[in-house]
Amino acid sequence: MKLKKSTINNLISYGIVIAAFIICQSMVSAGIMSRSLRGQLVPICVYIVMAVSLNLTVGISGELSLGHAGFMSVGAFSGIVAVAWLESLIPADAQTTSLLANDTVRLLLGMVVGGVFAGIAGVIVGVPVLRLRGDYLAIVTLAFGEIIRNVINCLYVSVDSGRVYIALDNLDMLGEIVVNGPAGTRGVSRISTFAVGFALVLFTLFVVLNLINSRSGRAIMACRDSRIAAESVGINVTKYRMMAFVTSAVLAGMAGTLFGLNLSSSVTASKFDFNTSILVLVFVVLGGIGNIWGSIIAAALLTVLPELLREFNDYRMLVYAIVLILVMLMTNTPAARAFFARILPRRRGNDGKGGEAA
Amino acid sequence: MTLFLERIISGINLGSIYAIIALGYTMVYGIARMLNFAHGDVIMIGAYICFVAIGSLSLPPLVGVLLAVAVCTILGVVIERLAYRPLRQSASLAVLITAIGVSYLLQNLAQLIWTADTKSFPPLVQTVIEQAAVTLGLATPEEIAASPNFGSIVISANLRISGTTIVTILANILIMIGLTLFTGHTKTGKAMRAVSEDRGAAELMGISVNRTIALTFAIGSALAAIAGVLLCSTYQALQPTTGSMPGIKAFTAAVFGGIGSIPGAMIGGILLGIIEILGNGYVSTQLGDAFVFAVLIVVLLVKPTGLLGKKVSEKV
Repeated sequence: MKLKKSTINNLISYGIVIAAFIICQSMVSAGIMSRSLRGQLVPICVYIVMAVSLNLTVGISGELSLGHAGFMSVGAFSGIVAVAWLESLIPADAQTTSLLANDTVRLLLGMVVGGVFAGIAGVIVGVPVLRLRGDYLAIVTLAFGEIIRNVINCLYVSVDSGRVYIALDNLDMLGEIVVNGPAGTRGVSRISTFAVGFALVLFTLFVVLNLINSRSGRAIMACRDSRIAAESVGINVTKYRMMAFVTSAVLAGMAGTLFGLNLSSSVTASKFDFNTSILVLVFVVLGGIGNIWGSIIAAALLTVLPELLREFNDYRMLVYAIVLILVMLMTNTPAARAFFARILPRRRGNDGKGGEAA
Repeated sequence: MTLFLERIISGINLGSIYAIIALGYTMVYGIARMLNFAHGDVIMIGAYICFVAIGSLSLPPLVGVLLAVAVCTILGVVIERLAYRPLRQSASLAVLITAIGVSYLLQNLAQLIWTADTKSFPPLVQTVIEQAAVTLGLATPEEIAASPNFGSIVISANLRISGTTIVTILANILIMIGLTLFTGHTKTGKAMRAVSEDRGAAELMGISVNRTIALTFAIGSALAAIAGVLLCSTYQALQPTTGSMPGIKAFTAAVFGGIGSIPGAMIGGILLGIIEILGNGYVSTQLGDAFVFAVLIVVLLVKPTGLLGKKVSEKV
């Protein structure tokens, strides 16, 4: 049996991710990994998924989105409510035997709900946003991210034995309050695990890599490279841009659920602000726009880096900022490029935007 | 009715500050074609410089403001020279991320120097008005001490326009007129417009593009310092993140009014300020920002180049 080159490349990608998971997991069980690094395992998975999904919008579809954290927020809150609702559905006489009593089952169902709601938000945002282009598109995604944050800040949600109530104040809410307006979530059990996080990374890679190497993916990239040329050969530009945008939103929503259920403290809407969107965008740009592996490595390294720099606590964000500026200057100025081209001969030349993914 | 007018007035006050910040954004975008996300943090630095000058160094308020303007002007030019000029030919996303890096850098520097605590900023503009009145012989210090709202225009028993508001609005109008005259009638201003229209052609006509862009950054940053002082005199609080939200909103205002257009920035800024204050007052204090951004989205969908933006036809 002869496999296509892209299939082999994808299989290698999955293999590397699985190997990384096995190494991390064995380090945890052998007790080599430090406590703070262990606490970073789920956030690393979350940010890898965020970065890869944003790369689908920014790199593959070519639209600068500054509101990716908004979808993460929608996913986090809807997922948390879904998990609380499922918990209230467990019959009293089957506290341990019920399938819903299993944390992982609830987490997975919560992630599905989070993904669906973020996908719906993606459609609502995408319809107006994708009519615009360039900087205007960027500012409108920023605006939507802020609107989502503000609206969630006003919501109060409670769960009462299988029913979900949503209100704009907490004066007479029935049952147990799950989302308490600006104060964030309340009484959420911490059920995210590294294994599920890893599964989500693998799922994201599977979806994104297959999308890129499909007919639809090529159509999406054609729209990016030249909208007019794509239109003239009969590609439905809006449909394919929407496909990339919504897929990206769904994945971000699932990552959001995982993130929300990983914290022992309450999750507030202000956690998913403009700065979070920018953080993820920085992963994508530093990793290389359109390059899936770059996003994965940048997200993992840059999530761990501030933790490793914790002993220089006062200076670590300063160092981070300087490193960010220097990397951008080094990789984007003609003089630096010429320098790298001399010391790294025969490097595949895919400068500029886009290029091959993974 | 009084409450409504009061809100409109404070909306115009906030909007005038947004407008001054937006002018900096819109000029830089129009001429250098880049989103300078660090602009909001220049505002914050300006406010801190002024705070230190009149606080620890106990300089007179006006000298403090001038010092803030001078420091921010230099800062703007230095940022442009070191961080943005090397990227002049690169993709716009690379410049955007660099600007974000500069923004982080300024915020963290401010946090290291002045700590993250909220400083209470003195009502600087009010002090300047009172001192000016004494110097001009319009009032004696005793009279000023007797009237707590000296310098404000009293319209009715519970509706008055404070001196700070009047100064903010006047500053906004003066800056706008000044900039319009500068870009329309001076040689340097015309060079700026030429660079914004066609950089290559401007260079062939002997205009130094680098110097023009540096000058734009200098003007924008000087305006940012003024906006920072006005913002902090109105709200009297200062911390390292003070500039970021007003910066984003001012950018929104610039897009709202039509980016690249000077009167557009002013109209966009004032409308945005009024919408925000009215939304906060009548709907929910949580939702004021959401209203601002919702209006922006509607405007962009109906008129994608903003209220006063030029329509650019697409060439195939």
